[in-house]
Amino acid sequence: MLLIQCPYCGLRPELEFAYAGQAHVARPADPSATTPDQWTEFLYLRDNTRGIHAERWRHVRGCARFFNALRDTTTDQFLATYRAGESMPVLQQAGQKP
Amino acid sequence: MSGRRIQQGGRVDRSRAIRFTFDGKGYSGFAGDTLASALLANGVQVFGRSFKYHRPRGVIAAGSEEPNALVTVMRDEARCTPNLRATQVELYDGLVARSQNRWPSLDFDVQAVNDLLSPLLPSAFYYKTFMWPRAAWHKLYEPVIRRAAGLGESPTLPDPDRYSQRFAHCDVLVVGAGPAGLAAALTASASGARVMLCDEQPEFGGSLLDEPAATIDGATTADWIRDSMATLRSRANVTLLTRTTAFGYFPHNLIGLNERITEHLPAPAADMPRERLWQVRAARVLIAAGSIERPLVFPGNDRPGVMLASAARTYLHRYGVAVGQNVVLVTGSDAAYAAALDLHAAGVRVALIADVRADATGAPLDLARQAGIEVVTGATVLGTRGRLGVREVTIGVLARGTVNDTRRVKCDALLLSGGYTPSVHLFSQSRGKLEFNEARQAFLPSVSAEPESSAGSCRGIDGYTQVLNDGARVGAASALAAGYSVAAPEYRVQALEFGMHGLPGVLPQASPLQPARAFVDFQNDVTSKDLALAMREGFESVEHIKRYTTTGMATDQGKTSNMNALAFVAGELGRTIPKVGLTTFRMPYTPVTFGIFAGYDRGDLFDPVRTTSMHDWAVQQGAVFEDVGQWKRARYFPRSGEDMHAAVDRECKAVRTGVGMFDASTLGTIEVVGPDAATFLSRLYVNGFSTLAVGRSRYGILLRDDGFIYDDGVIARIAGERFHVTTTTGGAARVFGMMEDYLQTEWPDLRCWLTSTTEQWAVIAVQGPRARDVLAPLVSDVDLSAAALPHLGVTQGRICGVPMRLFRMSFTGELGYEVNVPADYGLAVWEAIHAAGQPHGITPYGTETMHVLRAEKGYIIVGQETDGTVTPDDAGLGWAIAKSKPDFVGKRSLARETMHAPDRKQLVGLLTVDPKVVLEEGAQIVATPGQHAPMKMIGHVTSSYHSAVLGRSIALALLRGGRARIGETLYVPMPGGEIAVQVTATVFYDVEGARLHG
Repeated sequence: MLLIQCPYCGLRPELEFAYAGQAHVARPADPSATTPDQWTEFLYLRDNTRGIHAERWRHVRGCARFFNALRDTTTDQFLATYRAGESMPVLQQAGQKP
Repeated sequence: MSGRRIQQGGRVDRSRAIRFTFDGKGYSGFAGDTLASALLANGVQVFGRSFKYHRPRGVIAAGSEEPNALVTVMRDEARCTPNLRATQVELYDGLVARSQNRWPSLDFDVQAVNDLLSPLLPSAFYYKTFMWPRAAWHKLYEPVIRRAAGLGESPTLPDPDRYSQRFAHCDVLVVGAGPAGLAAALTASASGARVMLCDEQPEFGGSLLDEPAATIDGATTADWIRDSMATLRSRANVTLLTRTTAFGYFPHNLIGLNERITEHLPAPAADMPRERLWQVRAARVLIAAGSIERPLVFPGNDRPGVMLASAARTYLHRYGVAVGQNVVLVTGSDAAYAAALDLHAAGVRVALIADVRADATGAPLDLARQAGIEVVTGATVLGTRGRLGVREVTIGVLARGTVNDTRRVKCDALLLSGGYTPSVHLFSQSRGKLEFNEARQAFLPSVSAEPESSAGSCRGIDGYTQVLNDGARVGAASALAAGYSVAAPEYRVQALEFGMHGLPGVLPQASPLQPARAFVDFQNDVTSKDLALAMREGFESVEHIKRYTTTGMATDQGKTSNMNALAFVAGELGRTIPKVGLTTFRMPYTPVTFGIFAGYDRGDLFDPVRTTSMHDWAVQQGAVFEDVGQWKRARYFPRSGEDMHAAVDRECKAVRTGVGMFDASTLGTIEVVGPDAATFLSRLYVNGFSTLAVGRSRYGILLRDDGFIYDDGVIARIAGERFHVTTTTGGAARVFGMMEDYLQTEWPDLRCWLTSTTEQWAVIAVQGPRARDVLAPLVSDVDLSAAALPHLGVTQGRICGVPMRLFRMSFTGELGYEVNVPADYGLAVWEAIHAAGQPHGITPYGTETMHVLRAEKGYIIVGQETDGTVTPDDAGLGWAIAKSKPDFVGKRSLARETMHAPDRKQLVGLLTVDPKVVLEEGAQIVATPGQHAPMKMIGHVTSSYHSAVLGRSIALALLRGGRARIGETLYVPMPGGEIAVQVTATVFYDVEGARLHG
């Protein structure tokens, strides 16, 4: 069971969280202006990263807030968590904890 | 009889005799015995029959690595635990144990014929042999094979015991309380760090318990253990857990512990849980799991009486049991000499030490010879004899490929040692990297993946002094890493001990191993020939060989067999062991009951049951319930003698002609409040809400961004900035989650707040032409007239003095109201409406009637008419879409070309040509009769009922290009023949909708 740093509540066990897919997939501001390919990309295409993956979690059994995390998919280690709307933190180097 | 209790020694309490039975026969042991030690003391050598060949098997080990001696322990019919290792079953008064996999008896087993047939039963024989006919596999071959091959039987009664679960946190979790673990716990806890120490055995000490003659800093091991335990117990920062196995290493330093609480008690108190699952989150984990002695692989190495040398020593020193009276030791390591010397000292005849190393020399051999024990070096074992126990072993000396000096040696126990394998199971589970150590011929922990360290012999440290000091040092380092400081003490141990190095693999033979079999994996009956066969058939990856031969895949997970299998495979392939690689270690370390995982989540607590305020009333009325998600909903209210059909017909007629009442409290309710609430709902739902007037409501459809219907419900504007949103019963939680997602992450600028209010409201639907007459006398501050409260009007007022939100709404097509009151008043208001409705013949109805009534009107149910691929237009709901809105969730997808294809499945009505036939929901539709399979399916039935008001069956269906097919006759092929149906519009009753507006 992972330990996850909720940016609002602190370190909590995975039991309190729900995974919510890849992060930074912004819904187009004007979907009607998107091409079919752009809309398909937004709707269906997601990264399958080996390594550091930006993903969304929701502290659903806590503060119920969505937030973003950088997790190494090969080790399950969280390198950073940050609030929705904040830009992705720049890691010093791959694998290093900020 | 071979084993016996020696006159003195051991840690058993000789003043307390314990009576027990094995296979119905009574025996006596002592307090402190295991079932294995007590049976050995009684001269029992055969403990069970093997998995595949039904060969008689004895006990090989003294601990949790035991592959053979699996027994069933019975407390009663329900408390019957199979596949327990006799070496871990603690004796208690009245213990009833049974051997397994034998019929009719342990000494004479019918299926031992498998042993004679063994040339026909190689690896994977069942895949090869039982291939034809195909259908016979499930019906005949597999059941027979499963009965023939196998372990114990599980009880058929429900488990009456309770299982507990708890979470714990600590600075240092020490796994294993042998010399390294004890030293580590003593040192780490001296720093003030919170330390947890667990061990699978009933007492702490590990291998030190086998060393009564050794001293630690001048104290005997018994005194040292006693004093160390006293120290640990006196420290408030220490938690000690005996009979507790660390079975799994989970991410982020969460360790699963299985504590067995009552297994060793003759009569456990009723309030005690049988076992407890500990989920321990540790800042640092210190693994002190020790090491396991390997058997040697040679022909006939599985006879009862063949045993690990370390086990013989354990039985001698811990239990006061000599495993034989005339023993032979075959060894590839120095360590095992201690067993021979100790047995010799205890008066057991050691007939021969056959050392398989040609170059063996030094202290252990000298000591043995000084004691008068014959030692042969460069030896190999050619075979053993003895039907139910080893009686003779054939030893030869192997030199340059030929065997000389062959001789037969009588013995009643044959002790083996191939050296020790470090227990890296937990470390490997933590995803730590192992590295092969050439000198130790073992995989040792290398790079950690989690905050953990290994100490002692599980990381290849040899010798008690070094192991204790390693434990202390790693204990101090672990405390330091957790933020505590302490100096590691130095220990000095004197003991009879020699190096633990050994030789993994199969003993060299002069000729190929024919026909006798050399067992590598005892529990799964895998021989070296099976491994060789797998390689001849082209398997080279150790993972493939493992699965093909099942070596290492039994409940012991190859604790004693993996390294031997690996070394043999490496030798045959001409590769080094690290090149062949290691199979993955998986949890659990030893088998764990399902009970601890279920914990408290059983029976009523398995899944929460949600009931409405009016539930008890419905129960009293004899309602039949159905599960909708976690909710219990009244399905219908049968009167005496009525079946569902009759009850539903009566309830439907009541609503159509008089008035009915229905508990709609389970619908999800979300209060959406804020200056931007209308904007928020307009962006989410296909409908427009900015123009919705206060006091009005609207049927809303929610799509996902892929354009398909996700949920529906009625949304009412209670005030300018306050909306009352209803969702489907099953969709409440996910709709709320979806709303939060969009609000928090896509439109965080919107000033709008969401509150789930499902549990706060009791909702009573009053439906039918006389609904107004029923409610009128009960409400106050409300004008029920059609002019003041038209269809889809919403108002607030009081009913029976209770504050109420009143919706004029109908899911039946009749004049209808939904009365929303605070949940606590639900039952009182329900009863008041029921009483007030008596003069009007008010009839409570359930979900089945609700389904029929809405289907008569062609109203969809999300999840029944929709399946995640249905657009609003497909469902005939295109009218609901606010076309002028620039965007809403799903709008862009609805613009895709395929969403308008004329042959999409569209919702239509179906009328069977024979009005009495009710179609089956889910049945497929075809265009022409008489087709042969595979038929071209053009749609399916989504809802189907008998309609009382129409006096015939009706159905809804999703049909390709359905709206263009209205009027056509199609066919529903069923096992009993094709059913002709006519395609119609979706509304079957009151097509103009006049009744709504009554």
